[in-house]
Amino acid sequence: MIADANNSPAVEALGLTKIYGAGNTEVVAMKDVSVRLARGEVVALLGPSGAGKSTFLTAVGLINPPTSGRIVIGGKPVMDGPRALVDLRAFRRRHLGFVFQKANLIPFLNAAENVAVALEINDAAPRAARKRALELLDYLGVAERANNLPDALSGGQQQRVAVARALANEPSLILADEPTAALDSHRGRQVMVLFRKVAHERGSAVIVVTHDHRSLDVFDRTYEMEDGELRPAAADHAP
Amino acid sequence: MNLAAKDIRHNLGRFALTTVGIGLLLMVVLGMSGIYRGMIDDALVVVDHIGADLWVVQRGTRGPFAEISRLPANLEHRLRAVPGVASARTFVSHNVQREHRGQPLRMNVHGLAWPEDKGEWVKLIAGRPLGQAHYEMIADASLGLTLGEKLALGKDSYTVVGVSRGMVSSGGDGIAFFTTQDAQAIQFDLPGEAIRLERAARVQRAVGQDIGQVQPLLLERGAGNSAGLPALARPMVSAVTVRVAAGFDPATVAATIAAWPDVTVYTRDSQSELLVHGMIDKARRQIGLFRALLVIISTIIMALILYTLTLDKIHDIAMLKLMGARNTMIAGLILQQAILLGALGFGLAWYLGGWVFPRFPRRVLIAPEDLWGLALVVTAISILASLLGIWKAMRIEPNKVLS
Ligand SMILES: Nc1ncnc2c1ncn2[C@@H]1O[C@H](COP(=O)(O)OP(=O)(O)O)[C@@H](O)[C@H]1O
Ligand SMILES: [Mg+2]
Repeated sequence: MIADANNSPAVEALGLTKIYGAGNTEVVAMKDVSVRLARGEVVALLGPSGAGKSTFLTAVGLINPPTSGRIVIGGKPVMDGPRALVDLRAFRRRHLGFVFQKANLIPFLNAAENVAVALEINDAAPRAARKRALELLDYLGVAERANNLPDALSGGQQQRVAVARALANEPSLILADEPTAALDSHRGRQVMVLFRKVAHERGSAVIVVTHDHRSLDVFDRTYEMEDGELRPAAADHAP
Repeated sequence: MNLAAKDIRHNLGRFALTTVGIGLLLMVVLGMSGIYRGMIDDALVVVDHIGADLWVVQRGTRGPFAEISRLPANLEHRLRAVPGVASARTFVSHNVQREHRGQPLRMNVHGLAWPEDKGEWVKLIAGRPLGQAHYEMIADASLGLTLGEKLALGKDSYTVVGVSRGMVSSGGDGIAFFTTQDAQAIQFDLPGEAIRLERAARVQRAVGQDIGQVQPLLLERGAGNSAGLPALARPMVSAVTVRVAAGFDPATVAATIAAWPDVTVYTRDSQSELLVHGMIDKARRQIGLFRALLVIISTIIMALILYTLTLDKIHDIAMLKLMGARNTMIAGLILQQAILLGALGFGLAWYLGGWVFPRFPRRVLIAPEDLWGLALVVTAISILASLLGIWKAMRIEPNKVLS
């Protein structure tokens, strides 16, 4: 079967299971998780601490291989159990964007450089990378902080730079793990709205792990995770 | 975008301090080779400048520098009779350590064969060569004596008429040039009482032998000047230097002299060889080993510095890997910092060395090939030292970002 790149789902997880440790210390962090996201779709992932949300996100983000199950991104099979089917680092650089609870900006690069470095990693010319980085910072409303080091930015500004960095290469899938936990609810909501805007305008699929129930209206769908199992949230009335 | 440069700019103070440390360390490495070169150069100053083609010394010895050699001064005249010998001069040289202006003054007393040799070959920076047979001297600048200064040695006092530069003995002591006669007067100076005792002992020996009884005049002579005694040898010299006349092969002349059963002959080259590979050999190897040790220490220190610089960036490197950065980019970051650290350290070593080394008591000679050699060593050290950091960086997992 040859997948049509335009009609295939943005991401498809099939029976993902993750077991940490072995023997007495064995932890089943993710059990037979299957999910399919269309392009331009924004979904929220809820669940208590230790439910396996980060495990799921990092598995789909290709930095934490599942014990079993398959991952297909943009129609391309990338993981078969713990086995990589593509060069994961090259795949991440072209197709994935990450945002975490902490902005994780490179401390010795200013805001613009933090965004530009993601573009340069993807072989953009320095001049073009800088131009695009400034556009993205402008899009996220932090253009005036372009030349500041991360230390000089507020938490919200840092997170917006991190989002800009995640968007830089126009990834087909953006993974955000509690991106607003360090922000006040107003700013948190702004970031969520931003994700929806990006998904709808640019056609990326976005998965956001969040505890903020007040912002759930922003999302197309909501999933819930508990004890490693994923299911559509009870309150979710998505079509 | 150059990540290495950005990181350095962000941690400028720390990086500068590290560079100074590496620079000082490399300066010591450079200094070690400079001391080594200076030592060889010092050892060869006399051999190189005196202009002798052959060195004639006591049979079986490796004198006059590496060990004591004793020859009668009249050997000079025998040598002049050898075909192909343009000139033969006695070589008189010994060290003295005296007190001058309340400071210990250590110098090498060197005899010049007045009047043929007035010391014109000595590199003078002030004054003139010797102008009379007695009581004048040329002093090396390293002795700290000034032109016109008078120095009491033995029973006489000598005036500094010339100041030389860079004329030192193989031990690094400044050389003072006198006429051979003055040099020997200084060397064989004895207190009056010692001379009186020696004369009395001489007379007693003669009295105890029949010759003393038969020749009373001998007792009278025995009580007088040693030089006036026909049966006693004149003061001994260390060596006789020979200059070979143009058109003669030094090897042939040397072979002629070497056939004499009382002397050994060395060419200028074999004399240099004796100095470098005999006399200063241990010091040379000691410095060589010390230098090798310093290079190893520098490598280890640099490796540790680069390793800790990498440890500080674990999180950032994990983030770069998460974003899909290639290994070459990450290894390049560390390698570039290593090479920059090495290059700046090298430059600092060079600069500081140029300022510090001339103030050392003995000559520190930095040869261009030593600088190039060190540059190569520093490059190798930098690359080697970065390997530990690179190895660490390669092992960082991208999901380290989450911890
Ligand atoms: N590296 C790991 N090694 C062992 N156990 C882990 C590891 N990471 C997570 N876990 C365990 O897996 C479970 C799910 O963790 P996680 O995916 O971080 O949950 P969440 O993000 O929903 O809080 C937890 O019980 C956690 O203790
Ligand atoms: Mg988590």
